[in-house]
Amino acid sequence: MSDTTKHFDIVIVGAGPAGMAAAVAASQSHRSVAVIESNPWTGGQLWRRPDAAATPRAGRHWHARFKACKAHLITEASVGDSIAPGHLLVETPASAFNLFYDRLIMAVGAREQFMPFPGWTLPNVFGAGGLQLLAKSGWPLQGKRVVVAGSGPLLLAVGAQLRKRGARVLCIAEQTSLKHLVRFGLTLPRLGPSKLWQALVCQSQLLGVPYRTGYWPIQAHGTDRLEGVTLRRANGATWNVTCDMLGCAFGMVPNLELARLLGCDIEQGTVRVDTWQKTSVNQVYCAGEPTGVGGMDRALIEGQIAGYAVTDQPDKARALFGPRQKTHDFTRVLNQGFALRDELRTLTTPDTIVCRCEDVTAAQLACCDDFRTARLYTRCGMGPCQGRNCSTATHTLYGWETEFSRPPVTPIRVRSLVDLSVEKE
Amino acid sequence: MSKHLTLSVNGRSLTVPEGTVLAVALAEAGVTQFRRSVKGQARGPLCGMGICFECSVTIDGKLHQRSCQTLCQEGMEVTTDE
Amino acid sequence: MSTTYDVIIVGAGIVGCACAHQCSQAGLKVLILDQGPVGGQSTGAGMGHIVTMDDSPDQLALTHYARRLWLELAEDLPAHVEFQRCGTLWVAADAEELDAVKRKVSVYQSAGSKAQVLDARTLHEEEPHLNPAMLGGLLIPEDAVLYPPNAARYLVDRARSFGAELRTGVAVRQIGDKGSVTLGDGSSVEAGLILNAAGCGAPALTPHVPVRPRKGHLVVTHRYPGFVRHQMIELGYLKSAHSVSSDSVAFNVQPRATGQILIGSSRQYGDDSQTIHHGLLSRMMAQACHYMPEIGALSVTRTWVGFRPATPDKRPLIGPSLVSDKVWLATGHEGLGIATSLATGRLVADMIVGRTPEIPIAPYSPARVTQENVVHE
Repeated sequence: MSDTTKHFDIVIVGAGPAGMAAAVAASQSHRSVAVIESNPWTGGQLWRRPDAAATPRAGRHWHARFKACKAHLITEASVGDSIAPGHLLVETPASAFNLFYDRLIMAVGAREQFMPFPGWTLPNVFGAGGLQLLAKSGWPLQGKRVVVAGSGPLLLAVGAQLRKRGARVLCIAEQTSLKHLVRFGLTLPRLGPSKLWQALVCQSQLLGVPYRTGYWPIQAHGTDRLEGVTLRRANGATWNVTCDMLGCAFGMVPNLELARLLGCDIEQGTVRVDTWQKTSVNQVYCAGEPTGVGGMDRALIEGQIAGYAVTDQPDKARALFGPRQKTHDFTRVLNQGFALRDELRTLTTPDTIVCRCEDVTAAQLACCDDFRTARLYTRCGMGPCQGRNCSTATHTLYGWETEFSRPPVTPIRVRSLVDLSVEKE
Repeated sequence: MSKHLTLSVNGRSLTVPEGTVLAVALAEAGVTQFRRSVKGQARGPLCGMGICFECSVTIDGKLHQRSCQTLCQEGMEVTTDE
Repeated sequence: MSTTYDVIIVGAGIVGCACAHQCSQAGLKVLILDQGPVGGQSTGAGMGHIVTMDDSPDQLALTHYARRLWLELAEDLPAHVEFQRCGTLWVAADAEELDAVKRKVSVYQSAGSKAQVLDARTLHEEEPHLNPAMLGGLLIPEDAVLYPPNAARYLVDRARSFGAELRTGVAVRQIGDKGSVTLGDGSSVEAGLILNAAGCGAPALTPHVPVRPRKGHLVVTHRYPGFVRHQMIELGYLKSAHSVSSDSVAFNVQPRATGQILIGSSRQYGDDSQTIHHGLLSRMMAQACHYMPEIGALSVTRTWVGFRPATPDKRPLIGPSLVSDKVWLATGHEGLGIATSLATGRLVADMIVGRTPEIPIAPYSPARVTQENVVHE
C-alpha cells in the first residue's frame, strides 16, 4: 500500500459521539476499521477536547472505550470528494490520500442554523453553540456582558456554562412563549431523557440568570464589533441590552453534503436510513444527527447500531432498536416544542447580509427565484462555506431548496486533486 | 506545568499554553476582527466548528486558514485583516 | 389580445440574449424563451473569456470583431458583469511553441489586434507565479474576462428596454418550419422568424444541426487576488484542442474580479453525463501545477462540468437553417460563445433587417453544412 492509498473494511467519517460509538461497535469484529475526523481532536462538538475536567462522564467513558478499541484514527483529515463507490479522496494538512472502503458510516453531525437579522454579521455575534465551543477552548469571558438568545435547551446550557466561566450573562431570551413551553415541559417527563430540561432551568435560576420567554433578537448594534442587541416580544415591546457578546441559537441542521454527494436519498432534510442505519446507497450507512437532529443519546445508539450492522453483528444491533425508538420520540417532541416563530423569518431589511461569504444582501436575493438563480446571479452560496449557512437561511426565509452538492465536500488544495488515483488498487 | 509556545500575531509576539486553539489565542490578544469581508466589513468567529470560515486568517503566508480549527504552533506567523 | 412577434429566440444563453438585444434595438418585436433561467446552461458553466483566436482566418475575423463590440460596450456594463480587460497571455513552454509565438504575433497584428511578444524575463515579470522554465509568451492586451450569467442578464435587460419579452421556465417542445414554436404546455406561438439559439439543445429542435456537446471541467478557487494577472493559456493548447476525437486537457487559468481563480480546461466528446471525470480532472490539475507550481497549495471551493455546443469545423452556425428560411440558427460556438455573442447578435440582426454586416457572414452560414459532411470526426 502506498502513502497515497489506504484500504479499510469499514470507514467511519466523523469522530463525534456517533462515530466513536460506531467505531467501538465495529471493532468488536475481525474487520479493519478507520475513523477520519476533520478536527485535530475527537469527541465532535459535544465532547471536544476531552480534558477530564470539562467533559461529562459519558464523554470520558466513550473516549476511553474509543481509545481502547482497535479502530485506526486519522485526525485533521477531511473528505474532499467521492471518486467512485468505495473510494474517497481525503486530505490532511500535509497531503492527500485515496481511501478505499467496503462499507462507510457517515457520522458527520450537525451544524447550527443561523437566522439573518440586521447586525448579525458583527464580530462578537456568535452561534450559541459556537460560543459554547469557543468557551470550552478558553475564549476570554471574564467579566464579559453576554446575551444568549434564540430557542431550545441549548440556550440554558450555554448560559450556565458561560456564567461558570466568568461571563456576566445578562439575559437568556427564549423565542418560544411561556404557554408553549409549559405544555412542552409537561409532556417531557414521559419520554425519558427529559430531566435534563428541568435541571437546566433550575440551574439557570440558581445561577441568577434571567430566563425570558417570548423574546427574540431583532437587531445587533455596533460598527466594527457588537455593542448591544435589541430584543422584541410578541406584543411589539422592545428591549435594548448593552452587551459585549451575543450567542444565538436557532436550532441545529444536519450536515448533508457528503450524503448528497454519495447520492443518498434525503427526505425532509434528513438522510433516509433503514432499521440498520443503511442509506439508499449500497455500502453507505449513516448515524446520528444527519438522520435527524436528536443529540447525544440518539447519536450513540445509532452509531452503535451502524457499527454492528456493517460488521454483521445483527443481534447486538437489534438489541438497541428499542432505546433508539425512545430517542426518536424525544427528538420529535423537542422539535415541536421549540419550533421557530414566523416573526424570525421577517427580520431582514434590504441591506441585511444573508450570504456572509459573498456579502449577498436580502435585496439582491429578492430578485432571484430560487437558490440556483441566486447562485448564478449573486454568488449566494458560492463562497468557501459552500452555502452551508445561506442555504439553510434561504430555505427558512424563502422556502428555497438546495438539491445537490458540488464537490469538493470541503475546500481542498489543487494539489490534492492531482494526487487522486482513479484506478482502484 | 504545561508547556508554552510563542507565535507572532500581526507582528507582535504572543505566548500561549500548548494546545491553545488559535482563534482563542487571537481573542486573548485582543483581536475582534479576524477578517474583512468581500465588501470590507469586519468579521469574527461565528460557528466555532469550522463551517462558516468567518474566523479565517493568514497563517505562515497561507490565506484563508480557519483559526477555530487550528492549534497554535511554535513560531507560527499569523496575520488578521486589520 | 394577440401579439405577433417578428422573432422568437429559443434559448436565453448569452448568444440568445445578445441576439435579442440587437434584434430589438433594430426595431424588431422579440420574444425570448428558455426552459430554465437566463444563462443557466453553457453560459453559466463557462469561463467568460473575451478572447481573439486565430485557429482560422474566419475565427479571427469573428473573435476580433466581437471583442471590439465588447470593448465598445465595456463602459456601459454594470459592476456585477465584472468586465476586466486583463489580456490573454499565451504561454510558450518549448522552442516549438516559442516559434508559434513569432508567427502568431504577425497574424494578430495584421488583423488589427494589438499583440506583443514576451521574452522569458518579461513573461515572469508579468506572471511571477509561472514555472521559471517557461520560455516566453504572446500577450494580447485587449482581451478581457467577464462573469457570463450577469453579462447575459445585462443583455436581456437591454433587449427588454427595447420592448423584447422574456419568458423563462418555458420549455420549447418543437420549432415549426413555418415560423412557430410549440411550448411545453402544448400551446403555440407564431413569429415571422424563429431563431434557434438553444446551444447544445439546438439539434433536438431543428434537424440537421451538426452540434454536439463537448464536455469541459472547471475548478474555482477561494480568493487569491493578484496570484494570476492575465487569462493564461498554454500554447500546447493549439496541439491538443485541435483534436476533435480524443479527450484533452490544457493549462488555462483566469483571474476573476473577485480574486478567485478559474482553472481549466478539458475537452471531451461522447460523455453527456453531469458527473466529474476524475481522471481528466486530475490531469487538468497536474497541468495547472506544472505551469504554476504554487497553484497546488491554493484552496478549491468548487469543481463542475459544462457542455460546449461544438461543430465539426469549429465555426458557429449563424443564419437561415437548412430546413426553412423561417428557422434560423445561432449556435455551435463551442468555447467561444461568450466571446463571440455580441458579434453573433449583430450579424443576426444585420441579416434580418438587411443591413450590411461588418464582416463576411458566409463562413458561418449553416448552408455550408450539408447532411453529407455533418459527421464529426
